[in-house]
Amino acid sequence: MTVSLPRTLVIGGSAGSLDVLLQLLPSLDPACRLAIIIVLHRKSDNETLLSDLLATRSVLPVKEAEEKDLLRPGMVYVAPADYHLLIEPDGTLTLDYSEKVHYSRPSIDVTFSAAAEVFKERLACLLLSGANTDGADGLQMVQAMGGVTAVQDPGEAEVAFMPRHAMTVMQVDRVLKQKEMAEWVMSL
Amino acid sequence: MKEHVHHLKDEEVNILLNDLLEQYGYDFTDYSFASVKRRLQRVYINDRFPSFAEFRYRVIRDSTYLTYLMEQITVNVTEMFRDPAFFQALRKQVLPVLATYPFIRIWHAGCSTGEEVYSMAILLQEMNLLHKSVIYATDINESVLEKARKGIFPLAYMQQYSQNYLQSGGQHDFSRYYAANYEYAKFSESLSEKIIFAAHNLVTDRSFNEFQLIICRNVLIYFNKDLQDKVLHLFSESLEQLGFLALGAKETLRFTTVAPLFKPLAQKEKIWRKIAT
Repeated sequence: MTVSLPRTLVIGGSAGSLDVLLQLLPSLDPACRLAIIIVLHRKSDNETLLSDLLATRSVLPVKEAEEKDLLRPGMVYVAPADYHLLIEPDGTLTLDYSEKVHYSRPSIDVTFSAAAEVFKERLACLLLSGANTDGADGLQMVQAMGGVTAVQDPGEAEVAFMPRHAMTVMQVDRVLKQKEMAEWVMSL
Repeated sequence: MKEHVHHLKDEEVNILLNDLLEQYGYDFTDYSFASVKRRLQRVYINDRFPSFAEFRYRVIRDSTYLTYLMEQITVNVTEMFRDPAFFQALRKQVLPVLATYPFIRIWHAGCSTGEEVYSMAILLQEMNLLHKSVIYATDINESVLEKARKGIFPLAYMQQYSQNYLQSGGQHDFSRYYAANYEYAKFSESLSEKIIFAAHNLVTDRSFNEFQLIICRNVLIYFNKDLQDKVLHLFSESLEQLGFLALGAKETLRFTTVAPLFKPLAQKEKIWRKIAT
C-alpha cells in the first residue's frame, strides 16, 4: 500500500454524548490534522440534522460521510443515520446496510473495528456516554492492532454504562474528563 | 487477545475471493473490500473454524456450504416500503407516467428476499396497473429468490411495514394484502403472479430486456467505482428513452460516467430519468 493514510480519530457515542461533542468540537485547534469520524446512535431518520448541528459548532469542517469519500486530515465525518460506516484499505469510506449490531445502525463496534484494520497504530478511538454495550469489542480490536483507546470518564458521563462497560472488559489507555478531551485530541 | 485469534488477514480474504472466482465464477473482486471482509469474518467466527485452511477447504469442497456462504456474503437486509417518501414519489411522479403505456416492464435488480418487489406490486395494484405490468425481480443469490417467491415474511414486522405503507400514501388497511398464519404473513398471490423472480449477476450478466423503470437500492454501495460505472451503463442500456432509474438513499449518479445521460426527477428520493443514449 503506497497511499499515505491520515492519522484518524473515531468517536463513538450514544445517549448523552451529543452535548459532549457540542463542547468538544468548538474547542479543537483549527490546525488539527486528524481525520475525525463520528458515529452516534440515533433514530433511523433519513435526515442530515446531526451533521448540520455539529457543523454550526465545529471549528473544523463537518460533513455527512458519503460512500467513496476519501478521508482527509482536518475534516470531520459523521456516519449517516441507518447505515454502518466502514473504511477501505485506501482510506475511502463505504456505507453498509447490513444487520444492526447491538440494536444499532450505525454501530460503533463496526466502525472501530473497520478503522483498526486499516489504520492500526495511526488510530485513536474515544467512546462516550451511552446505555449500550456497543463500542467495547471495537475498542479491544483497536488496542490489539496498536491504536490508542480512550473513554469518557463514567463519573462525568450522562449515562455511565457504555464507557464503564468498556472499562470492565479491557484496560483502556485513557479515561478522559470533558475538559481534558480537546487537549488529548490535539496530542494525537 | 483470545477473541482475535480467529481474525482473517487481508491476504486470506483475497485467497477466498480468488477461490470463489476460479472455482465458482462468483466475482467479488470489485466489491467493497471492507464489507466483504467483514461478512467473511463473521462467518469464520460464527462457524468456529479452527483455522483458515479448514475454512477454505470447506468453501472449495462443499457446494452446499457455498450456497450458504453466498447468502452470508451478500447483504440481504430489506423491508417493505422502506423510505416511505421514495414510494410516495413512485406513486405521484413515476407511476402516473407509466400508466400511459400499454404495457409496463419493471426491473428490481438485487431484490433480495423481495420485500420491495411486493411493495411495488401493491402500488401497481392500487393504481389498477398491475394487470398490464411485469416485474422482473433478480438477485445473484438463489436462496433469497426462493424466499422471495414464497412471499412469506415474519408477522412481527407487519406493524412497521404497515406504518411505512401509510406514510408512503397508502390508504387501505395493510392487512388486506396478506393472510396471517402463526408468526408469518403470506402475501396474496394476486400480487406475485406478475412477478418473475430470476437469478441475475450484475457483475457478469448482460441486459435481458428493455424497461421503463429500474429499481436498484442499496446494492451499488457495495461496489467499487469501476463496477458501479459498469452496472450503471447496464441499467442505462436496459432503459427505454425517458425511462426511470431509482437508487438507494445514499447512492448517486453524481461523478459517474452515466451522469450526462440522466436528469434528476426527485433528488431526495433518488429517482432519475433517462434523457439521452
